[in-house]
Amino acid sequence: MSELDLLYTDVENDLRRTVRDALRDRVTPSAVIAMYDGDRTVVEPLWKTIAQDLGLAGLLVPEAEGGLGASAREVATVCEELGRVVAPVPFLTSAVVATVAVIGSGHSVVADLATGGTTAALAVPFTTAPHGALPHLSATGGTVTGAVPNVAGALEADVLLVPVDESDGLAIYAVPVAGARINPVVSLDMSRQLADVVLEAAPGTRVRGDGEGSLRAALRTGAAMLASEQVGIASWCLATTVEYLRERRQFGRPVGSFQALKHRLADLYVSVESGTAAARYAAATLAVGDSDAEVATAVAASYCGNVAVTAAEEALQLHGGIGMTWEHPVHLYLKRAKTDQLAFGQPGEHRSRLAELVDLPVGSGEADGGSADGGPVAAPPGREIS
Amino acid sequence: MSPSTDDAVARLAEQVATFLANHDPMTTDRIEFLRARFDAGLAWVHFPVGRGGLGLPRELQPMVDAMFEEAGAPDNHPRVNVIGLGMAAPTLLAYGTEEQLDTYLRPLWTGEQIWCQLFSEPNAGSDLAAVATRAVRDGEDWVVDGQKVWTSSAQNAHLAILLARTDPSLPKHAGLTYFICDMTDPGIEVRPLRQITGEAEFNEVFLTGVRIPDSNRIGAVGEGWKVANATLNNERIAIGGGPVPRESGMVGVAAAAWRSNPARRRPDLHDRLMQLWVESEAARLTGQRLRQKLMAGQPGPEGSAMKLTFARLAQQLSGLELEVLGAEGLRYDDWTLRRPVEVDFLGRGPGYRYLRAKGNSIEGGTSEILRNIVAERVLGLPPEPRVDREIPFKELAK
Repeated sequence: MSELDLLYTDVENDLRRTVRDALRDRVTPSAVIAMYDGDRTVVEPLWKTIAQDLGLAGLLVPEAEGGLGASAREVATVCEELGRVVAPVPFLTSAVVATVAVIGSGHSVVADLATGGTTAALAVPFTTAPHGALPHLSATGGTVTGAVPNVAGALEADVLLVPVDESDGLAIYAVPVAGARINPVVSLDMSRQLADVVLEAAPGTRVRGDGEGSLRAALRTGAAMLASEQVGIASWCLATTVEYLRERRQFGRPVGSFQALKHRLADLYVSVESGTAAARYAAATLAVGDSDAEVATAVAASYCGNVAVTAAEEALQLHGGIGMTWEHPVHLYLKRAKTDQLAFGQPGEHRSRLAELVDLPVGSGEADGGSADGGPVAAPPGREIS
Repeated sequence: MSPSTDDAVARLAEQVATFLANHDPMTTDRIEFLRARFDAGLAWVHFPVGRGGLGLPRELQPMVDAMFEEAGAPDNHPRVNVIGLGMAAPTLLAYGTEEQLDTYLRPLWTGEQIWCQLFSEPNAGSDLAAVATRAVRDGEDWVVDGQKVWTSSAQNAHLAILLARTDPSLPKHAGLTYFICDMTDPGIEVRPLRQITGEAEFNEVFLTGVRIPDSNRIGAVGEGWKVANATLNNERIAIGGGPVPRESGMVGVAAAAWRSNPARRRPDLHDRLMQLWVESEAARLTGQRLRQKLMAGQPGPEGSAMKLTFARLAQQLSGLELEVLGAEGLRYDDWTLRRPVEVDFLGRGPGYRYLRAKGNSIEGGTSEILRNIVAERVLGLPPEPRVDREIPFKELAK
């Protein structure tokens, strides 16, 4: 097997520039800050631009199903750029997670998602890890009943994709939001506001049976792409803080010339670089269906989740008092970073899964001298106790 | 690869094949073989013709080395002459006279002459420009007096690159000059410097009235700092090599300790192990990314960042290994004073690893200095104010 490319291809760099230009014109920190006071007018035109005008909603959908047939690498690049501006669009929830859950189902919702004409959300709590417990709703006579709290992307969705318990396993139903109750939640991150979803005999159609594998694949892709979003968040925090410390003067010189602060930023740079490598590798494995994708995703998710939070927390501290203000955008990044750290499985949950995958089992041994399930303690080779 | 590069690869492969046909590795004397390889320009192909090279791109060298290895050809024991090959040779090429190149390059490459580096001093480690070893002009010679420290291979070396102070009345960076020093000179005394591990990888070197002919000066008088920087930049390029498998190095050792000690598994140790495993994997991928960047022609000072990470991980993982081993971790493998040519990190015991890893954040640039490099050269933050920049060396507080 040849070594996977962890750099950005020319195609990805072009895509990055396109997305960055579109975002620069259409999303500002003040527009995102306004969402905390209930003004969500920035969302719809921005999402239309991303999903339809740029056609990014169909990136992951195969051409045969009406999409662009791109790979997780390109999607990851988009996620980085969206993270860099804390973009309030349902790209991750609709174009990635919901879409992956139904790709290959043969249902018309796939083509609708690919055009960006339809927006969907997977009705699972945003905190669900790829290997975690899934909600099970019930269906009778073409209607679905049940409740799912803390769903991301539901507020923007036209269609909810709902896991439904059937006799032969977990099916996925499509439920138009018209028949559902979507109760907005006052969220830590209002740029990706959550909602509690309540279905009371809501009309729905079965998209696929045997849906557990698709759901878990969708969540795994979500976790991997979230890592790239986290890289985008962390990169912005680092670059902005460096810029600020070069300008800000205290004690007669730029604050950035003080070694105590330089060392913190150097460490942050190292973490962001490592996070970039981990996220790139996860995207690269998913792009080619590499057998290492699950390990790669667990590594990226557990590493990048913490990097984004650290970067945002460092950015806030190093901006001093201005970092605590409503006007300065750093709080948008902190709220998104902390929320992302809890989304699609926390870093610790991913490490637990990783331990199983790489044969490093958690155990319950006793302290020295104990031999609960181990053999005798081996002496170092070549040494005898006299 | 471009078509012209393809041609160069094919031509070079043919040259190596012809050379091997004319110099059977099985029957040719080892040194004769190496000398002939140098003369054929197949020592380091990116060096100029006549200097062991062919003036070709540097990235063609691994193919040449691989072909020679495959043919069972003798190598020049590259790990024994790390300083010579990695630092002295490129510095000579950049600043040496034709006569110096004629004299030194070939025996350096063949390993007939081993080199060491006389840079660091007890009062000039991270602040390397503070070296105090004096070189005073005496006719056609320089007379050198002083003390160097942390010199690896000094006990085996024939020659050294030396940084010495030739004018203490100038500010510290301006008064330095760079020399080739003959380690067999009677004024040189090498003493092993025993470390916390019990062994002595390094030496102290005392120079008393050592006579160096002016023809062994590299670069102009007073240009030693510039030349030394060329040497040190080569030190940082040395990071790289081939792909590294998962769980290589210290993380693999710690993981193996975990797997083979089920009775000692505790949740607190497990959490740290998994955190460090993830960080090691991220670091491995960062190294892979850096290598891909270098190959794509996007080099930078990011190697400093890699070294920071590897030093920290080696220290944390070697500490964790001892904790996983418990009582077994209390036993040490060997306190005998030995003088190894290279560190056998994985071949020694857990206690050795724990102690030796402490040096990873000191040797080759302390982690504190590397953070400054990352902050200033990668992130573009303002430099620390330098209070000693303009003051004559002899007036500085020592």
